Amino acid sequence: MDIPDGAAKHPDDPIIRARGLAKAFDGRSAVKGIDFDIYPGRCFGFVGPNGAGKTTTLRMTMGLTPPSGGTLSVFGLPVSGHASAIRARVGIVPQADNLDPDFTVEENLQIYASFFGLARRQVTSRIDALLEFVSLADRRRARTDTLSGGMQRRLTIARALINDPELVVLDEPTTGLDPQARHVIWGRLAELKAQGKTLLLTTHYMEEAERLCDELLIMDRGGILAQGSPRRLIEEHVEREVIELRGRQSTALAQLADASGCRVERMGSSLYCYTQRSDALIETLKGQRGLQFLHRPAGLEDVFLRLTGRELRD
Amino acid sequence: MHSWQLPRLRPGAIAVWRRNILVWRKLLVPAILMNFGEPVLYLLGLGFGLGRFVGEMAGMPYLVFLASGIIASSAMTTATFEGMYSVFTRMVPQKTYEAILATPLEVDDILAGEMLWCGTKSLFSGMAILAVATVLGATASWQSLWVIPVVFLIGLCFAGPALIMSSLASNYDFFNYYFVLVITPMFVLCGVFYPVESLPAAVQGVVQVLPLTHAVVLSRWLVAGTPLGLPLLHMAVLLAYALVSYYFAVVLVRRKLQV
Repeated sequence: MDIPDGAAKHPDDPIIRARGLAKAFDGRSAVKGIDFDIYPGRCFGFVGPNGAGKTTTLRMTMGLTPPSGGTLSVFGLPVSGHASAIRARVGIVPQADNLDPDFTVEENLQIYASFFGLARRQVTSRIDALLEFVSLADRRRARTDTLSGGMQRRLTIARALINDPELVVLDEPTTGLDPQARHVIWGRLAELKAQGKTLLLTTHYMEEAERLCDELLIMDRGGILAQGSPRRLIEEHVEREVIELRGRQSTALAQLADASGCRVERMGSSLYCYTQRSDALIETLKGQRGLQFLHRPAGLEDVFLRLTGRELRD
Repeated sequence: MHSWQLPRLRPGAIAVWRRNILVWRKLLVPAILMNFGEPVLYLLGLGFGLGRFVGEMAGMPYLVFLASGIIASSAMTTATFEGMYSVFTRMVPQKTYEAILATPLEVDDILAGEMLWCGTKSLFSGMAILAVATVLGATASWQSLWVIPVVFLIGLCFAGPALIMSSLASNYDFFNYYFVLVITPMFVLCGVFYPVESLPAAVQGVVQVLPLTHAVVLSRWLVAGTPLGLPLLHMAVLLAYALVSYYFAVVLVRRKLQV
């Protein structure tokens, strides 16, 4: 079946619809009237620097904090007044693990099921399957404080799946994990998507966003800077190739790059030259002695830095 | 959702209560030691030790007077400790409430479950003291078993204010104010160790509005068999404290966790 890009892409109603969604804390505006739709069966990512408003947006959609303005519906229900019914159909993975330290791995899942009104015998086989899914079957009687960071994260993901949710919401799912643990989580999330679940995540790792998400929304300072698939964002916002120049750079070198028609950005002691055609510049650079440079295709990180700027955020 | 909205009672509260009782079961030995050890020390140390010099108080052996008072004050301290230190631990450092709020449960359910749990712990403590007092011959009759549901109510009455303190606290040290300014004065003034009537008239007026006074009067009525005019009035006072403080605790915790 051939579906043209763009048109007829979303045959379903959106799972989440936000219009003019806003949140202010004591007069300080954290989310400034944003619009977005999240469609079923896809992975949708909010990316942005710290303090961009990602977590606040997630919390509003789950009815964990009331919006200061705008309209917001999830599964076609207005969040205000239906938060409890909505959360019954969602799995939430919070930014920091909050497993119950008084219980074992298995008990954590049993207790969590009880908060959804699920009886123990209803979830016995589901718990087995979930522990298998997150590779923790052999640790089911371990206390949670004996688990590694990656294991705790996997258990938190298993816990979020206890109610067989239609939508799984993950706030920075791999922050603080080592590369091995991160790759395992990515694999599991990809499996969930293949099972037809809708994923909504926040991240500030562009690699994660690029790998997992079908659609991204780049946020900064409470607003939306850009939205689209990773590929489209790269095409729309940056040139195809980048040449990074490292080490001591003379003004002459910068002029050289400028003259070659690149868009040049400076960051510390590095120069970034963005260009559609790099051949000429590379030839010139090869002639320069003692110069280090890296030639690579432009990626999401370049889009992100171009849109949100390069200065530090705290 | 508006933070002043009246709480709704839903079955989710039972799930929260059940979580707590499962944790308690894991630490059963120290919990039981605490439940029995404290009253045994009080009743033996003060009841017999001090009782030897005091003899009778308010027309009954001092041990009987003291036992009926300690049942009430112990319900107070049990619920207060649970509602402050344990609830604060679950609410702030341990983030247990954050995890629970990611399910269909609301703040209303969590706090209702905590109230029930504080009442249950008071109930355990009351039963332990009653058992010790009975062995020591400090209970009047089988009628004293009726104090058990009353002890649950006393627990609810003190759980609510403790939950309010937990919602206001930024660390554990904050609870010292509440102990020094509220709990210890009640422990000393509300008739646990001597009759309220022996206090100066002005102090008596203040003591009559304090919940522990009503708790002690009820306990003494049931355990020591002291005649009591309007038991339902005293229960109504305890219930009113429980309901009003639960409501304010819900409002405050919503404001703390759902901003």
